[in-house]
Amino acid sequence: MNDMNPDDIIGEYREHTLSFHDGTQRKVLVTDIETPIPDGRLIVSRTDLNGIITHVNRSFVDMSAHQEEALIGQPHYILRHPDMPSAAFKDLWNTLQEGKKWHGYVKNLRKDGGFYWVYATVIANIRQGDIVGFTSVRRKPSRKKVIEAETLYKTLS
Amino acid sequence: MTYNFSVSPDFNPSHISGWYIFNTWLQRTISEEIHLELYNNFELQRKAIADDQLDLIYANPYDAALLVREKGFIPIASPSNKSDEAIIAVNKASQITDVEDLNEGTHISSTDDPDVRMMCMIMLEPAGLNGSNTAQTQRDTYVLVAKDLLNNEADVGFFLEETYNDLSDIIRQELRPLVHSQIQVIHHLLLAGPKLAHKRDEIQNSLLEMKNETKGEGVLKSLNFECWNPVEQEETEFMIDLMDTLTAE
Repeated sequence: MNDMNPDDIIGEYREHTLSFHDGTQRKVLVTDIETPIPDGRLIVSRTDLNGIITHVNRSFVDMSAHQEEALIGQPHYILRHPDMPSAAFKDLWNTLQEGKKWHGYVKNLRKDGGFYWVYATVIANIRQGDIVGFTSVRRKPSRKKVIEAETLYKTLS
Repeated sequence: MTYNFSVSPDFNPSHISGWYIFNTWLQRTISEEIHLELYNNFELQRKAIADDQLDLIYANPYDAALLVREKGFIPIASPSNKSDEAIIAVNKASQITDVEDLNEGTHISSTDDPDVRMMCMIMLEPAGLNGSNTAQTQRDTYVLVAKDLLNNEADVGFFLEETYNDLSDIIRQELRPLVHSQIQVIHHLLLAGPKLAHKRDEIQNSLLEMKNETKGEGVLKSLNFECWNPVEQEETEFMIDLMDTLTAE
């Protein structure tokens, strides 16, 4: 995946390098600008078994600040924010592999370097007994839960 | 053989005659006898589903999971431009202007419509509200939910968006939408049960042609539908997966 482009960033930014489970790395540029999910929105996406995005809804596109064409075919970790501990994603994959529903609070990265918090739920798509992909739905969390997650994740990073 | 057809009980009461007109049109079109049974509430309809009494159903997304995954129903079509959305409304004079203004103990009025309840409870989460820290009253109709708001007997009311918009002007003028869902990808759909599965393609083709026929166009108008779109199995499975992510853990 391409590194983030400074021309896309709004405001002052910091640079981080993220390492992913598939051995790749990405330079990300982050700001302190939060864009809360508007009330009533649900962010929906689907991926294949490898976590490659196959479907997004309009809210996903709007909140990520990417174009839809730029999202389809990309790994879902295009949204990965450096403040998220890798332990959270390990837990996600382990839970899904057991055929269980995963849910948790996630800080997502926008194309413009900003971020948005979500309460995410992910389930495996099971067809004729086989897992064929994953569906993720994200919604607006309560501020209290975000503060709790922020505190917890700082201890895990 | 007579097949049994039913419609999700959250249909707009002003469309009752439309569903009878639709059923008459469908019987003539596919040359089969079909009995239309409209239930007053979800509990009665669920019992009919559990007892395998239904062969054709215009179902809401919440019930589609049970029908497709446990009862072997297959999707046929859904009306175009009619995704299911919900509205949480308050009395126009309410001091509440944002979901996050709501506190524990908030009094909710709603119907037994399962997908609307689910969507609206999700929309209350940013305020830290859930089933255990709110008071809830269940009403038989959306008009009664609106009356609870007008009489200040509830702080918020849950509505299917389409039904909210169909409330009389006099009622709506006294209410104010607090938040409006934008889910975009869930919708009601027509499903065929195992006994009618052999007619699925014929019904689907007929529905897709409705808008091009004089009689069919009139039937669509009576239901306030523009036209039908085909729905395939995977699309329905996706919607069911999505509903699954939204149900309580």
